Amino acid sequence: MGRTLRRGRLGAFAVSAAAAVVCVYLLVPSVAVLPLSVTATNFVVFPPHGFSTGWYQALFTSQVWRNALISSFSVASLTTLVATPVGTMMALGLANFHGWLARASNFIVLLPIIVPTIVTAVALYSALAPLGLVGTIPGLALAHTVLALPFVVINVSAVLAKLDPRMVQAARSLGARPLAAFRLVTLPNLLPGVAAGALFAFLTSFDDFVVALFLAGVGAVTLPVQMWSGIRFEISPVVAAASTVLLATSCLLLALQRLVRGR
Amino acid sequence: MTDVAAGSLRRRRSRSRRTAFLLVLPGAAVLAALFLLPIAQLIAGSFSDHAGALVHYRRILAVPVYLLVLGRTVVISAITAAICLVLGFPVAYRLVHAGPRGKAAILLCVFLSFWTNLLIRAFSWMVLLNPNGIVSHLFGAMGMPGGSVKLVYNLTGVLIGQTQILLPYMILPLAAVMSRLDDAYVKAARSLGASPFRAFTAVYLPLVRTGTLAGCVLVFTLSLGSFVVPALLGGPRDMFLAQLIEFNINQTLNLGFASALSTVLLATTLLLYWIGDHWFGLGQVWGGR
Repeated sequence: MGRTLRRGRLGAFAVSAAAAVVCVYLLVPSVAVLPLSVTATNFVVFPPHGFSTGWYQALFTSQVWRNALISSFSVASLTTLVATPVGTMMALGLANFHGWLARASNFIVLLPIIVPTIVTAVALYSALAPLGLVGTIPGLALAHTVLALPFVVINVSAVLAKLDPRMVQAARSLGARPLAAFRLVTLPNLLPGVAAGALFAFLTSFDDFVVALFLAGVGAVTLPVQMWSGIRFEISPVVAAASTVLLATSCLLLALQRLVRGR
Repeated sequence: MTDVAAGSLRRRRSRSRRTAFLLVLPGAAVLAALFLLPIAQLIAGSFSDHAGALVHYRRILAVPVYLLVLGRTVVISAITAAICLVLGFPVAYRLVHAGPRGKAAILLCVFLSFWTNLLIRAFSWMVLLNPNGIVSHLFGAMGMPGGSVKLVYNLTGVLIGQTQILLPYMILPLAAVMSRLDDAYVKAARSLGASPFRAFTAVYLPLVRTGTLAGCVLVFTLSLGSFVVPALLGGPRDMFLAQLIEFNINQTLNLGFASALSTVLLATTLLLYWIGDHWFGLGQVWGGR
């Protein structure tokens, strides 16, 4: 008995140690970019030699990188502005679908997540190229709206499912017209879901690389696309600085999202 | 219920259904115009060529290089799924059985990694794994033949990057199944005299089998479509299907052939999704990039 107990404890320790090692493995590439970006050398090296903020200066003064930052923010903002209201309305409508119609529509709404991004990218490229939308900010934002829409619907639907239908019924029975009941009861309760959906939409667009690779052309080069050419043609610490900015933005938005959900 | 009341109820129901359709309409239009129609066109385009409907598909089957790329994509994805299972299992187990603080720490690792752009992670690995990088030096310092083992721009690099990126998709479904599990079964087995190892293999593993398979199907499928990691961490021999698609669009401008390759990838993914959803309840966890 004593021996099995000891062996059991040893097993538990082994599991914990393995889990810790894997957690470090998960973290390493995210954490490593920060030191990479402050090296004083003009090549990337880990651990960095010296300390310099010069690569951030280079990032923010270079026309190419500045344009990429502006494109990323423009496309992501435009995507959020379109996907959030459209997705919210969709979630509200889908909540009233039942049976096979609900199952079929839910599957179709989830499809952009299921289908490999490269396939979506190729399809969008051949659809938008004849319309002259490749290489434009609105074109890329339209494409990102497709990727972002499911996340808005999922977030709003999750909040909607938790909403007590008796609250709306109570408002109605107290004499509120359907629209008033929606505006005064449903909408305020829905706001955290809508906000979370909007942040997800922004992040989905901001983070996308594969669709942008096909649709960016020369007129809508986003930060990830610029990083891609940076990585492929000259591994400069500027790429690490750009990575850090990208990562910091994502972290900020996710923290914001937690704050919204926590309330 | 009186006829009048029933009539009014029916009217109200049909009105609410009409409202529902109107609300769904803009989203449905976006999905139809920018997603379903383009995909349908892509599939149709892959079958229409002046030389015959199946010419692109015959080419995939006839040229050894294409079959090799397809085969490599499948094999590397399967190995990735297996490694993810081995590495993800202890993390999911610790996650489920940890206290609130441990849980928060593990989830932070998983989500920070998950939300770091793929390019950033691939770039980090390129620097860390390069022959003059820290990993090689550590291997050398520990007396391992680190200098002679190439860690990047080959299969090893692809597997290291690919596993790291897809691990969250294994950990989360596994943890979901483990957390729903009743500990009493394992305790009963232990109290009946089973050793911890036997209780684990004979009781615990069969109980978490669905989560295991769900995670494997998810990781395998996501890996099949990956582009960034094989392109940046692999060598020329480790080309994935997605790279072949990109090459045919951006380099050789052969949209028809790229469409056929995309259709193959799409059909495989949908088939795997159906299998995963039908047998392992994967529909709940599918998501991400």
